[in-house]
Amino acid sequence: MPETDPMETTYLGAIREALQEEMRSDDTVFLLGEDIAAYGGAFKVTEGFLEEFGPDRVIDTPISEAAIVGAAIGAAHMGLKPVAEMQFIDFIAPAFDMIVNFAAKSRYRTGIGAGLVIRGPCGAGSRSGPFHSQSVESYFANVAGLKMVIPARAYDAKGLLRAAIRDPDPVLFFEHKFLYRRVKEHLPKDEEVLVPLGEARVHREGSDLTIVTYGAMVYKSADAADRIAEEDGSEAEVLDLRSLRPLDTAAIVESVKRTGRLLIVHEAPGFGGFAGEITAQVCEQAFEWLDAPIRRVTAIDTPVPYAPTLEDYYLPGEDDIVAAARWLLAY
Amino acid sequence: MRSLYRLLWLTRALEERLETMFKQGQVVGGLYRSLGQEATAVGCGYALTEGDWVAPSIRDLGALLARGLDPREVLRQYTARAGSLCRGKDNTNHFTVPEKGILGPISPLGTQLCVLNGVALSFRTRREPRVCLTFQGEGASRTGTSHEGLAMAAALELPIVVVLQHNRWAFGTPSHSVAAVKQWSDVAGAYGVPAVGVDGNDVLQVYDAAAEALARARAGDGMTIIVAETYRMLGHAQHDGQKYVPEQELRAWREHDPIRGFEDYLVEFGFESASTLEEIRTEVAVELDRATDEVLAESYPAAREALTGVYGDQASAGVPWTRGPVPGYEDLARRARDFTTATVEGS
Repeated sequence: MPETDPMETTYLGAIREALQEEMRSDDTVFLLGEDIAAYGGAFKVTEGFLEEFGPDRVIDTPISEAAIVGAAIGAAHMGLKPVAEMQFIDFIAPAFDMIVNFAAKSRYRTGIGAGLVIRGPCGAGSRSGPFHSQSVESYFANVAGLKMVIPARAYDAKGLLRAAIRDPDPVLFFEHKFLYRRVKEHLPKDEEVLVPLGEARVHREGSDLTIVTYGAMVYKSADAADRIAEEDGSEAEVLDLRSLRPLDTAAIVESVKRTGRLLIVHEAPGFGGFAGEITAQVCEQAFEWLDAPIRRVTAIDTPVPYAPTLEDYYLPGEDDIVAAARWLLAY
Repeated sequence: MRSLYRLLWLTRALEERLETMFKQGQVVGGLYRSLGQEATAVGCGYALTEGDWVAPSIRDLGALLARGLDPREVLRQYTARAGSLCRGKDNTNHFTVPEKGILGPISPLGTQLCVLNGVALSFRTRREPRVCLTFQGEGASRTGTSHEGLAMAAALELPIVVVLQHNRWAFGTPSHSVAAVKQWSDVAGAYGVPAVGVDGNDVLQVYDAAAEALARARAGDGMTIIVAETYRMLGHAQHDGQKYVPEQELRAWREHDPIRGFEDYLVEFGFESASTLEEIRTEVAVELDRATDEVLAESYPAAREALTGVYGDQASAGVPWTRGPVPGYEDLARRARDFTTATVEGS
């Protein structure tokens, strides 16, 4: 067994460590964003970075998300490795033009890539209302040239962020803010934590049903799977995608071929959501192995509401996952 | 003086060549000319030095030629040749050429300034004495990305010069009807940077202003906005007959043509003889004839090239999704056939 750190690392701490380690080992890596330098970041991810790395590498910007991403693209063209922070991932919307029209298409159009990372907190559950809670992956899923990552574990947060910084292409790195301080793990001490983009991970093994999920829904799906195992004696496999682009279609298809049943769980609304793409891929590649229709459990098709009663209703719950899984298992 | 004149004339002649090719159906997409604005682009481009970067708008061909771009590259772009700088994947001057310090624009205006900020930021981070220059029309200066880009360049004191070309038209709309600004140099105050006004049709005036602003940026004193007064003498693009433009306005500006004005100046003050200028024009025509023949002999890219170059690591990112066949498709088709045969035989 590899030795692990006796101290637990939070999901947020893992992101911090990834940034620190990459910045220490490669002086072309730099950060830019709102309130990240002197203030240390809205979630304190970069607290102390200004002191360690100086103002050339930890840059406070105006409240100008488009200009932040633009500067990251230009710096990437010049061989630097920018990591741009969106204070909340909801605020990525003003940078949409820069991301989909400039960053994503740059290599295809001109042969000059834009290896940069745009990271920021996504996700609901923290009573923050419509503009501090969104899951934005589907806004970008249709854009060739982008990569998208959304870790569930501290280990993956660290390993994927390091890989994203080293990647030659623009990577959107979505951090689920609900996990920031709730997820804690003993990370390996002596081994390098580096997780390649595009590889899914079996979070929980099972042979009766495949639950494909990512982000904070990995935990709800695993809890639901445990309950089904305990109460019904059926074993659901929980596959944590980790990356949405590139998508590990092979891992999904392999699991579905074994279980014959597929449930897709994600936090973003279902209509036009990422589950639709997974469904289509499985229909194209493993239709004959399916013993039941594909089901999805997602947020309802509304903005993210504020009141606790409303937000809880908005989010997919463990009960919803259990109910859908039971329906599939009984089909 | 001679090389400045040559660049001005080459810009106009190359665009005229493209216009002919457009009418012959050889230009694949749209054609956007800089007639009347050549002096702004050439004067600024000429003021840049080795290692600097320029980000042109669609009407700044002259700045690219001043950076040493081969006219054949321009012809290849417009005719979508396989060997064009964008490999047939994008049009006009949307190319980025690091070795010549060229950052291409994209069609959503203002975005390019935000990206050029990053180039300038890299110069500052590396303590290199290099600077950036970009152009935008007063129409483009109304976009959100333009405002954000100007605000950030000013705030971070980036080594950058922004040339605002007041050419009076934003596509088919006179800019005064969609902007409350009366004096365009006033906008610089909002960003806290100095502005310099120049006659954009006077190449020497443009060159002097650009050289001074670039020196200021190089010295670490930040951004300057140059407001160049000029006029777009043709429609937005080749398809636009500019019927909306008052004839007397065109006539007045035609009197102030940047190239003819420069010719008169050169001859009158004895810098060049009229026959030397004539020789330059002939040389340019010969060069363009040769370039056109060469480029037209080249071909479009092969269709499946469309699948290449989306990612930097195609191996891990995989081949882009296509309409089909999907993975396993051939196998499925065979199994479907086997199934049909078996059923028929079994029945």
